[in-house]
Amino acid sequence: MTMTLTAPSRSPLARLRWAFTDGWTITRRDLTHWANQPVQFVVNLLFSVMVLLMFGFLFGGAMSVPGGGGYQDFLVPGVLALTMVFGVEATFTAVSTDAQRGVTDRFRSLPMAPSAVVLGRCTADLLNAVLTLAALVVAGLLMGWRWHNGFAAALAAFGLLLLLRLAMLWLGIYLGLVTRSPEAVMALQILVWPLGFLSNAFVAPSTMPGWLGTIAEWNPLSATAAATRELFGNPGWGGEGWLAQHPLLLALLWPAVLTAVFCPLAIRRYRNLSR
Amino acid sequence: MPAEEPAVLAENLRKRYGDTRALDGFDLTVAPGTVHGLLGPNGAGKTTAVRVLATLLRPDSGTARVAGFDVVRQAGQARYRLGLVGQHAAVDELLSGRQNLEMFGRLYHLSAADARRRAGELLERFRLAGTGGKPVTQYSGGMRRRLDLAAGLILAPPVLFLDEPTTGLDPRARNEVWDAVRRLAASGTTVLLTTQYLEEADQLADRVSVIDHGRAIAEGTPDELKHRLGADRIDVVLHSLADLPAASALLARIAGAEAETDPDRRLVSVPVRDRMAALGELVPALASAGITAEDVALRRPTLDEVFLHLTAEQKEAVA
Ligand SMILES: Nc1ncnc2c1ncn2[C@@H]1O[C@H](COP(=O)(O)OP(=O)(O)OP(=O)(O)O)[C@@H](O)[C@H]1O
Ligand SMILES: [Mg+2]
Repeated sequence: MTMTLTAPSRSPLARLRWAFTDGWTITRRDLTHWANQPVQFVVNLLFSVMVLLMFGFLFGGAMSVPGGGGYQDFLVPGVLALTMVFGVEATFTAVSTDAQRGVTDRFRSLPMAPSAVVLGRCTADLLNAVLTLAALVVAGLLMGWRWHNGFAAALAAFGLLLLLRLAMLWLGIYLGLVTRSPEAVMALQILVWPLGFLSNAFVAPSTMPGWLGTIAEWNPLSATAAATRELFGNPGWGGEGWLAQHPLLLALLWPAVLTAVFCPLAIRRYRNLSR
Repeated sequence: MPAEEPAVLAENLRKRYGDTRALDGFDLTVAPGTVHGLLGPNGAGKTTAVRVLATLLRPDSGTARVAGFDVVRQAGQARYRLGLVGQHAAVDELLSGRQNLEMFGRLYHLSAADARRRAGELLERFRLAGTGGKPVTQYSGGMRRRLDLAAGLILAPPVLFLDEPTTGLDPRARNEVWDAVRRLAASGTTVLLTTQYLEEADQLADRVSVIDHGRAIAEGTPDELKHRLGADRIDVVLHSLADLPAASALLARIAGAEAETDPDRRLVSVPVRDRMAALGELVPALASAGITAEDVALRRPTLDEVFLHLTAEQKEAVA
């Protein structure tokens, strides 16, 4: 019982085809994880929804939004952006677990396309992000949140959110390959959570003590949250500064900068596994 | 692959990690269809050598070929011909055994149907068919190891690397892995296997390389390595501990070599050149000296003794 060997193909077109085929195999692995652990999967989805409900109902009464409007109109875009940033934990856990368990090494010893590991990870994590966004949108709509500038603008807002998630993906891959320790996700949480809350997701940066407010204004999360509020036609905090005046530009710039820094770092790190 | 081309060839491999020379002029030749043992203590460089040969690690210098393909310049070609079972089971914990094998099969570019069929065959062969549907988190260490081995065999590769395949396994699971390796060897696969267990090399390997401080310090069949100690040994277990000094002197005189004693086991052991003559002389000599022996045994040196001897030789040479 011998297997016929597929002769390694050298043409660029065949290589590209294999990169996508192998990438899809890796993506399917994540989909199978979800199917094998449906409870875990649903809990992960519901976690973001819970954050939304908690802030909406517990703190919603105490919050006043400038220019009137319900707190949920303000809150939902904030939580959407927050969830994209927190996604870095999922990427980190997946990548570091594979690296620690030797699965990454196994992949590297196979004749598969090397880029497929990253491509598969991107696709799976973005799919997960889309599902999480969908769950949040449904919950938001039930809470009374609406978009007011039409479907195209709303779609653009979701695009910006996924762009932020993509930037976080490179950060997650890089850190996962550096630490190779899924346990280090605790340390990552300690870094990510303050960053999540030191933003305009829940409250106006102007209400924060001076330097904290500055951090919150510069936070990439704030840029995406402010930009999506604008696109959804939801109330924002306004503000006089240059940062507050150009949320759309920043929501494109920040992910671009993060990707420009961490994508090459992640790829170099992956290559250096053979050092 | 031409008949004269070795299945695995390493020439003067070097790899440094900071000040550590993980590989320091490592040479290896493995003939096709043989099982080759790479024997060495912790930190000897076994894993580093295997990782270089399996295309996972770039050597600082030196060359290596697997099935005739350079592991650096023709890594892609080499990967179609090698299987790797690393020191730690490298399978996806959240997938079932079957799902793992199907995924790896697809990544070896088998068609979906072939990958499914192959997964079934391998599960059957490694006696995992009953548990193939369960997630790997529920597997025992031995089952995990067997699954890992199966994953390394998806393409029935001509060359298989096994890095300490039985470390941490109970005797039953260890025997299962040994059986699997023997069957592979019988079907013509070339196996390079690292181990810290001399017994394992003795049991499985046609030839053994002893590796220490990143270089091969001895190579040969297990029997040849045993012969390098130069002699067989006679062990005498005494009835009474009080006879130990007298017996030790007697054996030393007959063998013309220093005797080793182990008071706990009331054992005197000595290397001998002409085993039968020494034995013939020893038994009456013991009787006339009034020493009662509980057991007299003539034996080959163990690989343990060979190994201690070789590494000690190495240290002397360095000093
Ligand atoms: N990634 C690394 N970074 C730094 N040092 C390393 C690295 N990998 C191996 N070493 C060092 O290289 C030497 C050889 O290591 P290697 O893992 O090859 O030994 P080994 O024979 O497989 O040992 P063991 O029996 O413990 O598995 C050791 O001193 C080890 O500390
Ligand atoms: Mg090792």
